[in-house]
Amino acid sequence: MNESSTGLSAPGAAAPAETPSTEPAVPVTAAEPNGTAGGRALAGMAVLRSSAGRNLGLVVALGLLCVVGVVTAGDRFADVDNILTILRLAATIGVVSIGMTFVITGGGIDLSVGAILALASVWSTTLATQAMANDVHWLVMVVAALAVGAGCGLVNGLLIAYGGVVPFIATLAMLASARGLAEILSDRRTQIINVPAFREAFNGEVLGIPVLVLIFVLVAVVGWIVLNRTTFGRRTLAVGGNPEAARLAGIRVQRHTVMLYVVVGLCCGIAALMLVARTTTGSSTHGTLYELDAIAAVVIGGTLLSGGRGTIVGTVFGVLIFTTLSNVFTLNNLSISVQSVVKGLIIVVAVLLQQRLASRSKT
Amino acid sequence: MTTQTHEAAEGPLLSMHGIIKKFPGVLALGGVDLEVRAGEVHCLLGQNGAGKSTLIKVLSAAYQPDGGTIVWDGGTVSLTTPVAAMGLGISTIYQELDLVADLTVAENIFLGHEVSRGGFSRRSHANAQARALLERLGHGEISPTRPVGTLSPAAQQVVSMARALSHRTRLLILDEPSAVLDQEEVRNLFRVIRNLTAEGVAVIYISHRLEEIRQIGDRITVLKDGRTVATGLQVEDTPTQDLIQLMTGRSIEYVFPPRRPADDFGDPVLEVRGLSVSGVFSTVDLTVHAGEIVGLAGLVGAGRSEILEAIYGARRPSTGTVSVAGRRLRSGAVAASVRAGVGLCPEERKSQGLLLDHPVFHNITVSTLARFSRGGFLNGAAERAEAEQLTTALDVRPAGVNRPVRNLSGGNQQKVVLARWLMRECRVLLLDEPTRGVDVGARTEIYTLIRSLADKGVAIVVVSSEIEEVLGLADRVLTVREGVVVHEAPATELDESRVLDLVMEGSVA
Ligand SMILES: Nc1ncnc2c1ncn2[C@@H]1O[C@H](COP(=O)(O)OP(=O)(O)OP(=O)(O)O)[C@@H](O)[C@H]1O
Ligand SMILES: [Mg+2]
Repeated sequence: MNESSTGLSAPGAAAPAETPSTEPAVPVTAAEPNGTAGGRALAGMAVLRSSAGRNLGLVVALGLLCVVGVVTAGDRFADVDNILTILRLAATIGVVSIGMTFVITGGGIDLSVGAILALASVWSTTLATQAMANDVHWLVMVVAALAVGAGCGLVNGLLIAYGGVVPFIATLAMLASARGLAEILSDRRTQIINVPAFREAFNGEVLGIPVLVLIFVLVAVVGWIVLNRTTFGRRTLAVGGNPEAARLAGIRVQRHTVMLYVVVGLCCGIAALMLVARTTTGSSTHGTLYELDAIAAVVIGGTLLSGGRGTIVGTVFGVLIFTTLSNVFTLNNLSISVQSVVKGLIIVVAVLLQQRLASRSKT
Repeated sequence: MTTQTHEAAEGPLLSMHGIIKKFPGVLALGGVDLEVRAGEVHCLLGQNGAGKSTLIKVLSAAYQPDGGTIVWDGGTVSLTTPVAAMGLGISTIYQELDLVADLTVAENIFLGHEVSRGGFSRRSHANAQARALLERLGHGEISPTRPVGTLSPAAQQVVSMARALSHRTRLLILDEPSAVLDQEEVRNLFRVIRNLTAEGVAVIYISHRLEEIRQIGDRITVLKDGRTVATGLQVEDTPTQDLIQLMTGRSIEYVFPPRRPADDFGDPVLEVRGLSVSGVFSTVDLTVHAGEIVGLAGLVGAGRSEILEAIYGARRPSTGTVSVAGRRLRSGAVAASVRAGVGLCPEERKSQGLLLDHPVFHNITVSTLARFSRGGFLNGAAERAEAEQLTTALDVRPAGVNRPVRNLSGGNQQKVVLARWLMRECRVLLLDEPTRGVDVGARTEIYTLIRSLADKGVAIVVVSSEIEEVLGLADRVLTVREGVVVHEAPATELDESRVLDLVMEGSVA
């Protein structure tokens, strides 16, 4: 294994005169450059192995949970309706978590996602908005929710990037004020929606798959593409990995940071619509503690909390694991409190494993 | 020069035998032998990636070897923790500075062995001791209470030295200590080293500047590809050409590429007028023509890096303007400068340059993403291919652009930062210590590349602490002293001693 050298050196223009060493016994060791192609293949395999390895852990965890579900709850768990319920529940928090993956990868954090979601849900279901939705088109509600989400994200982003407020504090303030605003707007009453077209659009099914789940899939796919295949994604990684180096490399770090918070805000807007559709209400209590669930899902998925590395696939698994866990517990009539304890344990174990992996890859 | 006195009585202070260290996919050390005597300066030479830093990390117990024996003072030891190594009297100054930026100078010096009584730290005591250490190093001006993050890299280097000396040291290891130092600082460093060796302390000295080895070294060990190819060479008996041959396996004429005639430059590309950053430098005027290389000479701390940063927009100037090809740049805006075709290869590769956990090709293409994207989508294959061309040209080892930069040796990391700006066909290229930590072989390649860029019409400004480099590479040299440009002349009219005089005295010619 130490002789991984797959070819002779590729001296190219740099070492035109790479003559054999004059020293008699200097064997070619692995420290010699790998042949380019071989080197790429090797490194590619290593990357594959490590990311597959991480995701493999998540797959196994989810699989185990399902086994536990089948064993303890039998047909009640392994039922198409139950599976769809899990997916529908996962969809809302999932969309928020995808957004959160971007902010965390970019070196930030957003504690206000649940509050933004609540505000967006209330704003898009006020009597005025509903009236307009019925008169004009149900898309009015969609626009309202997305605008609220993006607007709150913009405020967060501006405060953090240009105001110099640390993300934790800026979004904590947003958490308090957005939820407060939602309470004022709704007068703390649950706003039932009365826009049939909206409910039909969101609660329908396409080929037997709920629209809500499709939205989640769509957001996840788009998120994956953006993070892994676009300049925006690459810049996010750079900004999260070393902001000073990113700045000196010519990336507009401040502007990019603002965009990241707008992205997560938009995701909250989408999630708000999904929640409104599922519960047929808008409420200032929607999305309570979503920030914790989202951060937990992102972290156990393998995104680095300090930024610079993010995985959408991991986040999706993280969300599925937590939602399935809740479902299994509920089917077994175990209390929410027990659920919380187990959730906490899972987070700790996942992070410990992550650190173990990280330190191994560094030495 | 001073070995005989100590060696006769005692055996070697340290001997390492058959040391092996593997990393996943890389055999960093494949059986290295090293023998160091008390009171000598033992130089460790080798190309970038030869395994020098890895070897000393084994010695300081930052890494555990996969094989081999270490004999210390006549007895076999196994160094399991850095504390154990320090306990024996082994102090190390690593190639990459490892200070805590937010702690003060004194806190950094005594980190891990704080001056305390009953658990309470004795700050004034620590500060006094720190000051004494700094004075011993000839740097009494560094305040023990200043946060380390606010110091220049050279000053941080001094703090690392002070930290090493705050222990009872029998073996001091210096991994490329001079890479951030100017001539004067290096002289100062050598003075400190000589004092130590006179007290019987052994020193392992790593540097790519071979002329330094001549000045300070007693014996030499050469590594190549993780193996010892020569050991115990007496410095005075070994010509530099032989050393290069041993290190690289080929002979290198250490020459700079030819300049073009002085009247052959194009139009002015970079025009800097009255640029100042208050408290750092003032009213710098600088014009660089297409195809011209301008060098900034000066002491560390003279403000050269800051001038580059201000031109680049990374530092907001208090007065003055920067224009590129006749168009004025918005001041203090990096992105605007980059769009106008300005590039800066920063001084501190680790904190200012690299995304350490990202693969090599990410690091190279990060400033050039637009070229590889269509509608925001990146063409990863093209990115890798172009990055690979550059890493091959610069001889980055090991090859392979998917490796995380963290796993490369220091000199190879430097090549990656440089590659980023070579890729981005700039109109103005600002290079701050471009060959810091790069071995002799790759240096020649870098000089040739820089010159060929100039020949394509790029305007280039180079800051270097090596006067030889400034003189050899630049067409015109500006000497900076304490934030003021004190002298300007074509490089051909200057020589090393003249520049040294200017740098020190600042006598306006
Ligand atoms: N943590 C690591 N993981 C994987 N490979 C590593 C790691 N550290 C070093 N290497 C590899 O080990 C080899 C020796 O590296 P080392 O840092 O010792 O070189 P060096 O002689 O100090 O070079 P330089 O002159 O550039 O500082 C290189 O091929 C390097 O890529
Ligand atoms: Mg090194």
